[in-house]
Amino acid sequence: MHDGFAIQTQALSKVYGSGNTEVVAMHDATMTVRRGEVVALLGPSGAGKSTFLTAIGLINPPTSGSVKIDGQLVMDGPDSHTNLRTFRRKHIGFVFQKSNLIPFLSAIENVQIAMELNGTATRSARKQAMELLDYLGVADRADGLPTALSGGQQQRVAVARALANKPSIILADEPTAALDSHRGQQVMELFAQVAHEQGAGVVVVTHDHRSLSVFDTIYEMEDGLMRKGEQPKGS
Amino acid sequence: MNLASKDIRHSFGRFALTTVGIGMLLMIVMGMGGIYRGIEGDATLLINSIGTDIWIVQRDTRGPFAEVSRVPTNLVDRASSVPGVATAREFVYHTIQREHAGRPLRMSVLGLSWPTDKGDWLPLVAGRTLKQNHYEMVADKSLGLYLGERCRLGKDTYTVVGITANMISSSGDGIMAVTVDDAQAIQFDTTGEAVRLERAAREARGVRSELVAKQPSMLELADRPANELPALARPQVSAVMVRVAPGADAQAVSDIIAGWGDVSIFSQQSQRDLLIKGTVDRARRQIGLIRVLLTGVAAIVMALILYTLTLDKIHSIALLKLIGAPNTVILGLILQQALFLGVLGYVIAYVLGQKIFPNFPRRVILINSDLIQLAGIVLLISVVSSLLGIWKALRVSPNEAVG
Repeated sequence: MHDGFAIQTQALSKVYGSGNTEVVAMHDATMTVRRGEVVALLGPSGAGKSTFLTAIGLINPPTSGSVKIDGQLVMDGPDSHTNLRTFRRKHIGFVFQKSNLIPFLSAIENVQIAMELNGTATRSARKQAMELLDYLGVADRADGLPTALSGGQQQRVAVARALANKPSIILADEPTAALDSHRGQQVMELFAQVAHEQGAGVVVVTHDHRSLSVFDTIYEMEDGLMRKGEQPKGS
Repeated sequence: MNLASKDIRHSFGRFALTTVGIGMLLMIVMGMGGIYRGIEGDATLLINSIGTDIWIVQRDTRGPFAEVSRVPTNLVDRASSVPGVATAREFVYHTIQREHAGRPLRMSVLGLSWPTDKGDWLPLVAGRTLKQNHYEMVADKSLGLYLGERCRLGKDTYTVVGITANMISSSGDGIMAVTVDDAQAIQFDTTGEAVRLERAAREARGVRSELVAKQPSMLELADRPANELPALARPQVSAVMVRVAPGADAQAVSDIIAGWGDVSIFSQQSQRDLLIKGTVDRARRQIGLIRVLLTGVAAIVMALILYTLTLDKIHSIALLKLIGAPNTVILGLILQQALFLGVLGYVIAYVLGQKIFPNFPRRVILINSDLIQLAGIVLLISVVSSLLGIWKALRVSPNEAVG
C-alpha cells in the first residue's frame, strides 16, 4: 500500500451553497506530497487554503475529487472509504496557528493522550511522549500546563503531539502566525527536520515568506485555484 | 488517562464549589426524607414504646392521638375483669403551653398509671424514673429542662427527676411524664374562684335536675369537692391500655370489649396505622411533594451545570475529535464528571447532614433504605442530566478546533 506518497489529491473541489448563493471555495486542487517532503501552501486570506487543508485532513469532505493518504483512497468526492476519525488518528498529525493544546493536560499528557487514543499503553505512551518532547527540546517543560509555556514551546509540544502516532502526513495551518520571526523560523526548521528525520510528509499553510527556504515544494492558491509555485531558493 | 479527573483537577476550585452546592441541595432532599421519617417516628413513638395490645377509647372516636377521647376511669376495672387481660392502665395524654423561667414551655403531658407504670420503659439518658405518686416528672431533653429543676404547673411544683431522649409527640413537642393523677391535676387545673362558681352553679343545676328530686340529699353535697360527689366520677382519662396475658386469645379479649356499647377498640397496629394515615398523612404528602420538586430542581441544576461545563470544554472536545478520539472517550469524559459530581455531592450531603440535622427543631431520621433510594436517584439524575452535555458534545465538529 505504501508507495512513497504521503498524500495525493486529485481535482479536489469544494462548493458551498447552491444556485445564486453558490460559492466555489476550492476548484480542482491537485497536490502530491512524498514522505519526507516539506510543502508550503501560500495564498491570501480567502484563497481556499484552509478549505484544502480541512479536506485533506478528513475534517471537511470535498464536493468532488479524491484524496489518497499513504496510498490508500480515503475520500472519493464526499464519500469516505474508511472510518475517518480512526484514519485521522493513525495517519494525520495537526498543528495550528494557536497551539491548540488541551488546557487541562500538561505538555507530556497532551502528547500522551494522542498515543493512548491510538491504543498505546499508558506507561509506554508516557515514555515515548517524553522522548518526543526531548527530541523537540521541551522535555524540561513536560509537566507544565499549556498556559505556563511560551508560544514557541506550545508549538513544539503541538508538533510532538502531531508526531505521536508516526503519521504519514502532518498538516500545519499557519503555525508561526502567533510567533515572532525568530521563533517562527525555528518552528519552520523544525518541520523540515521532522519531515526529513521522521519520514512524514508535511504541508504547511503560511503567509510567512521569510521561511520559504526550508520548503521542498511550494504551492500557491488564489480564488480557490491551486498551482505549483516556483522552486524555493536553496532547495 | 482519565480525562475527567484531569479536567476536574485543572478547574478544581469551580468544580469543588459546584459540588458543594449540589451537595447542599441533596442535603435538603435528604433532610426532607429524614424529617418525614422523624414525624412518623415521633408519631408512633409512644405507641411503639408504651407496650400495649389493645387501646380502649371513647366510642366512635379514633383514639387519643387522632382526636379528643374521654373514657371513665372505672373502665380500667371493667377491662381488668375481662378473662385473658393481664393488665389494664389509664392513659392520659394532652398538650399544654405554660410560661417557665421567662419563656414559653410547650409540652405533651403523658400520665403514667402509678404504681403499675413508673416509666421504666422511658428512654432515660439521665436521672431515674418516678419514685413517688406526686410532684415528680421525667422530661425530654428537647424541653430544655435539667435534672433537679423545679417547674410550676397549675397549683403544684414538679421536680425533674429524669431526662429522656427523643420522646417527641406527633406535633413535635417534647413529652413530659408524670403520674396519671398529676397529669389530670395539670389538665383540669382551675382557680379557686372558678371552683366556687362551679359549686354554686352545680347547686342551681341540681335544683332543676330529676336526680336531685329523687335524692334530695345530693343537694347537700353539691358545694363539696367534686371527688366527694358519688354521682360524679373522677376526671376522665383519654384511653385505657390493655395488655393481654401470655397464652390468652387476644381476639377473644378484643371481641368481648368491642361488644361494650360505650367504647371502641384498636389494636396497637391499627392505632399506629391511624396515626400514619391520619395525623401524619398530610405532612407526609406535603414533604413528599417538596422532595419530588427538590429532586427535580437538583436534576435541572445538575443538567445546567454539566451543560455549562461541557460548553467550557467544547474546544477541547473538538480537538479530541480532531486527533481521533472516539465518541466513547468524549461520552466517558462527561459521564464520569456527572457521576463524580453526583457521588461527591451525595457524600457531602450525607456528611453535612450528620452535622446539621441534629440541630433541626424536629427529629431528622436517616434510615438506610431511604439513603440507598436517594443514592440510586442521584446516580440516575447524574446520568440523565449529563445527556444534554453529551448531546452537545457529540454534535461538535472537529472543524471547530481548526477555526
